[in-house]
Amino acid sequence: MARLVVLGGGVAGHTTATFAAKWLGSGHEVVVVTPNSKWNWIPSNIWVGVGQMSKEEVTFDLAPVYAKAGINYKQAKALSLNPEGNESSDKSFVTIEYTEAGKAGQTETIEYDYLVNATGPKLNFGATPGLGEGSELGEHTVSVCTADHAVHAASKLKESIEKMKNGERQKFLIGTGHGMCTCQGAAFEYIFNIEHELNKAGVRDMADMQWISNESFLGDFGMGGLHIKSMDYTVSSKIFAESLFVERNVKWLIGAHVSKVEAGSIDYELLDGSTGKETFDFAMLIPPFAGVGLKAFAKDGSDITDTVFAPNGFMKVDANYAAGAYENWKASDWPSTYQNPTYSNLFAAGIAFAPPHPISKPMAAPSGTPITPTPPRTGMPSGIIGKAVAYSVCDLITKGENAHLHEASMADMGAACVASTGKGVFDGTAAAMTVYPVVPDFDKYPGTGRDTDHTFGEIGLAGHWIKHILHFLFIWKAKLKFGWTMIPE
Amino acid sequence: MALKDEKNIEAYGQTYNAMTPGSFAKSMRTCKIWQFFRFIAINIKMIVVVGKSH
Repeated sequence: MARLVVLGGGVAGHTTATFAAKWLGSGHEVVVVTPNSKWNWIPSNIWVGVGQMSKEEVTFDLAPVYAKAGINYKQAKALSLNPEGNESSDKSFVTIEYTEAGKAGQTETIEYDYLVNATGPKLNFGATPGLGEGSELGEHTVSVCTADHAVHAASKLKESIEKMKNGERQKFLIGTGHGMCTCQGAAFEYIFNIEHELNKAGVRDMADMQWISNESFLGDFGMGGLHIKSMDYTVSSKIFAESLFVERNVKWLIGAHVSKVEAGSIDYELLDGSTGKETFDFAMLIPPFAGVGLKAFAKDGSDITDTVFAPNGFMKVDANYAAGAYENWKASDWPSTYQNPTYSNLFAAGIAFAPPHPISKPMAAPSGTPITPTPPRTGMPSGIIGKAVAYSVCDLITKGENAHLHEASMADMGAACVASTGKGVFDGTAAAMTVYPVVPDFDKYPGTGRDTDHTFGEIGLAGHWIKHILHFLFIWKAKLKFGWTMIPE
Repeated sequence: MALKDEKNIEAYGQTYNAMTPGSFAKSMRTCKIWQFFRFIAINIKMIVVVGKSH
């Protein structure tokens, strides 16, 4: 009987664990270790953040779902990996610390035959002074990264709306809180959902709305933008993004690294070397991501964290980490099997794997401050990777260690994304997009790097309907309800 | 002719070279009949990309 341990119960980890449990059956064991007691459909946190959904609508308890799937669920955070075992045993093991009430703080070791690291990001608020401490949100800004953060953000938004109704102008500052952030798409959704709600509340004319991000052009979204066919023209996402910002009267400040956050203001540095200060009454700034901080130890107890993990804390996989300058980047730099190059029974899925480099061209201010969007790993790629890794591990368990590993390179897969620009069954809109492939391949698709026959985008009510339907579909799938395997990632 | 969005353009400011939708383009975004057909078209496009990705 083999044991697969999956660290993390988000999109990637949950996908890996549930498919592995289904395919392996009762003959083998699947263990999920996650510090959270609830699963969160993160894309809908935006709507929680504007008061259009409740926390209960975007979360559900994990324990009963894992019990139904026959998965051994431990509400705990992983602390360290011992892929070589220790001095008394060759068996690989992970050390965990419980977060579950009643067992909080207790540690335990779990031996594994295979381990999938799907721990997602550490929300590194502490990387920007004043934005927060460590992974804790500070007091000056709000966040929509978790359901609890989003509930708090909605209450602050409500306060701002009340102030505007009482005649007090409010300045909204939304975007990224560091030069190396990703998730510009989430901030994009939030600023336009706020704008939509302010219009509904009748106070839009009392609001000044400002976007701030590390993108070198609007519409970069951490993937170098995309090119869309429109009326037989091939058009950059920059054109469409700027159009929406102008249409909705949202100003923008891009190429920016937020260097400090204080009550009511931020300091920033731009790609051209200039610095400045921006004031706000309400601010949501996405934090940069890092790995969750797992350590790794060799058999003799020596620290091998640098061998298993990249400096940013994400786990090394079968990527080319020596690609060097932007001019040398290739689509083939990106991993396909997500297997750790040193320990063949270790995999990483979703945000937890270390990308070889960004997708967007790296840039820096004259001072040397890097101001470059880092690559997004959105739901669809994360789910596809999680499923491919599950497939690989199941084959390794059932067919032996020489089994073929399944591939799911982001340079060979597309993504369907829906960015909400306002919620409403009859007056909502969203930008529905597909991009193929996610990581541009300039050899295969000279010019744009993408297949423009399968890369498209449009904004409208249909996009909103799609996003709302996907909310229900993916929660249904995650709860393992009837037909869940038929819903694609 | 609606000039609301064009008013957001500032001469030689950051908004000067942006395109802005007219009233017809904006109304089509929430025209339920048109958006029903776009819903079908977008879903087909997405299903094709999902199929190519699995």
